[in-house]
Amino acid sequence: MKIAIASGKGGTGKTSLATNLAAFIAEKEEVILVDLDVEEPNSGLFVQGDLITEEIQYKQIPEWKQESCTLCNLCQQNCNFNAVIQLGAHIMVFPQLCHSCFACSELCPTGSLPMVSDRIGKISSFKKGNILFFESRLDIGQEQAVPLIAQTNERIDSIDHISMKIFDAPPGTSCPVIEATKNVDLIILVTEPTPFGLNDLQLAVDTMDAMNKTYCVVINRYESGFDALEEYCIKNSIPVVAKIPNMREIASLYSNGKLFYHIPEVKNALEDIVQFIRNTEL
Amino acid sequence: MKEIVVISGKGGTGKTSITASFANLGAENIVVADCDVDAADMHLLLKPDYQKRETFYSGLLAEIDAKKCIECNACFDVCRFDAIDKKPSHYAVIKLNCEGCGYCEKVCPSEAIKMKDNNVGEWFISKTKLNNFLVHAKLGIGAENSGKLVAKVKNEAKALAKKNHVDYVLVDGSPGIGCPVVSSLSGADYVVFVTEPTVTGIHDLKRVHELVKKFHIASGCIINKCDLNEQVSQEIKDYLKEENIAHIADFPYDNAFSKAIIQGKTMIEYENGKFKELLIDSWRNVLNKLK
Repeated sequence: MKIAIASGKGGTGKTSLATNLAAFIAEKEEVILVDLDVEEPNSGLFVQGDLITEEIQYKQIPEWKQESCTLCNLCQQNCNFNAVIQLGAHIMVFPQLCHSCFACSELCPTGSLPMVSDRIGKISSFKKGNILFFESRLDIGQEQAVPLIAQTNERIDSIDHISMKIFDAPPGTSCPVIEATKNVDLIILVTEPTPFGLNDLQLAVDTMDAMNKTYCVVINRYESGFDALEEYCIKNSIPVVAKIPNMREIASLYSNGKLFYHIPEVKNALEDIVQFIRNTEL
Repeated sequence: MKEIVVISGKGGTGKTSITASFANLGAENIVVADCDVDAADMHLLLKPDYQKRETFYSGLLAEIDAKKCIECNACFDVCRFDAIDKKPSHYAVIKLNCEGCGYCEKVCPSEAIKMKDNNVGEWFISKTKLNNFLVHAKLGIGAENSGKLVAKVKNEAKALAKKNHVDYVLVDGSPGIGCPVVSSLSGADYVVFVTEPTVTGIHDLKRVHELVKKFHIASGCIINKCDLNEQVSQEIKDYLKEENIAHIADFPYDNAFSKAIIQGKTMIEYENGKFKELLIDSWRNVLNKLK
C-alpha cells in the first residue's frame, strides 16, 4: 500500500501528518516513510534515526566531444529545451535546461554528445525502530525536482519486504506533485479551514481527478468558523477522514521538531485515517 | 522602478497575508505579481476584476495521428518519460507524462507524430479593490513550465509598472527552491523572507537564502509567530546577523491572520491594532532599504 500525503497549499501540515502517521503505524508494524518534497525536505527534522545509506543521485546530460564533432548543428535543432547551443565552433550544454531526453545524443551522426552523469541531489536512508526513513534532497541551484523524485520512487519500488509506504509529497499542483503521486494507491490531501485552504484543495482535487486517483481529505488546524470547506467536500462526495484540531500545544511541539501522535485528539484522528487506509486496501 | 520579492521556502508562514498587506499600504504605487502560480491565493484577498485574460502556451506536447501510425514502436523505444501508451487499438500520448522533447516526432517513420503548442494555463491583468494593478495566473492541471509562467507574470507586471509610472513591483513568490522560485528571483532588487520559529521554518529559510545568495540580492526577514518558540526565534535572529540579512520585524503568534483571510481582508483592513502598526513599520523599513 502506497500512500502520498499531499496538498495544493504549502504549510497545511503534510509533513506533520506524514511523520506522525508513520510513527503511529510503527507502533505495530514496519513502515517506510519517504520525503519526496525534495526542494525543502523536512520530515527528517522529526524522524531522526541511524544513518544507513547515502546515495548521490545524478541525471544524464550530454557532454560535447570536440574531436569528432562536425558542427552539423543537428543537436541544437533536435533540442526543444535550448539546452544545446552552437556558438561559433563550440557546442555549449546547459545542464539546468536539459530534460535528459537523449535526442541530441542518440541522433548525433558522429556520436559526439555521449550522455554523462551530472549530480542533482542525494537520497539518504535512516532506521529508527520500525520506521525505515528515506530522505531525498535536491542540491541547491538545481531547478528540476522531477528527475530526483522519479529516481527516489524507483529506489523505493525496489524494496518489497515492507508493504506500508508513506510519501510526503511536495506542495502545489504542477509536475513535481504529479511525479510524486502518480504511482500511489491513495492520496491524503491535507487542508486547513480557510479560503486559502479551500482554494488550493480545489486545485489539488482537479489534479487528482485528471490523474484518476483515489483520494480523501484531512482537515488540519481544524476550528469552526469556515463551513465552506466541508460543504465543498460533501457536495463533491470527497471523504473527510479526520480533523486535527487547532491547538497551540501541537504548534509548539512541531516548532521543536517533536512528534505529537500521543495527544489524544491526534491519536483519534490517526486511528480514523488508518481505518480508512485499511478499508481502501480491501 | 524597483522589484521586491516576498518568499519563504516553507509554505504557510503568512507570506501571502503579509504581501497583500504591503499591497494595501502601497496602493496605486504598486503592481502586485502573484508568482505562486501553482497555488495562487492573492486574488482571494485583493478581489481582482480580471480586466484582461490570456491563454499561456509554453513548450510542446506530442500528438499521434492514429490513422498514420503503423505501430512500429519507434516512439515507445526512444521516449524516456513513459509518455507513449500502447493501446490495443492504437498508440497514444499520455499528456501528463509528455515533456515535449520531440524525440518521438523525429524518429517516427510515417510522420504520424506532430508536436503541438502546450496550453499550460491562463494569466490575467486586474485592478484590485485596493487600486493596485495585479498580474496573476492560473496554472493548468499538472502543467509543466510553471517557471516560464512565473517569468511571464513578472515581465507583464514590470511592463505595466513602467507604462503607468508605478514605483514598485511586489512579487508573491512560490515555496521551494526550484524553477518557479528561480524565475521569481531573477532581476529582483530586494527579497523579503517570511519565516516562522519552527525547525522546519529555519531549515527552509536557510536553503532558500543559499539560493538568494547566488543572485546577490539584498534581503530582509520578518519572523512571524515569533513567540511560538523563543529558542528557535533566537536561532533565526543569530542566523540573520551572521548572514547580513536585515531583521525587519517580529510578528506575534495570533490567529488574526486566519480570521482576516476568512473575511477576505488584508491585515490592514481587518484590524487597527498591533499588526497594522507592525506592517506599516515593516513596509517603511523595506522601502528604506531600497533607497
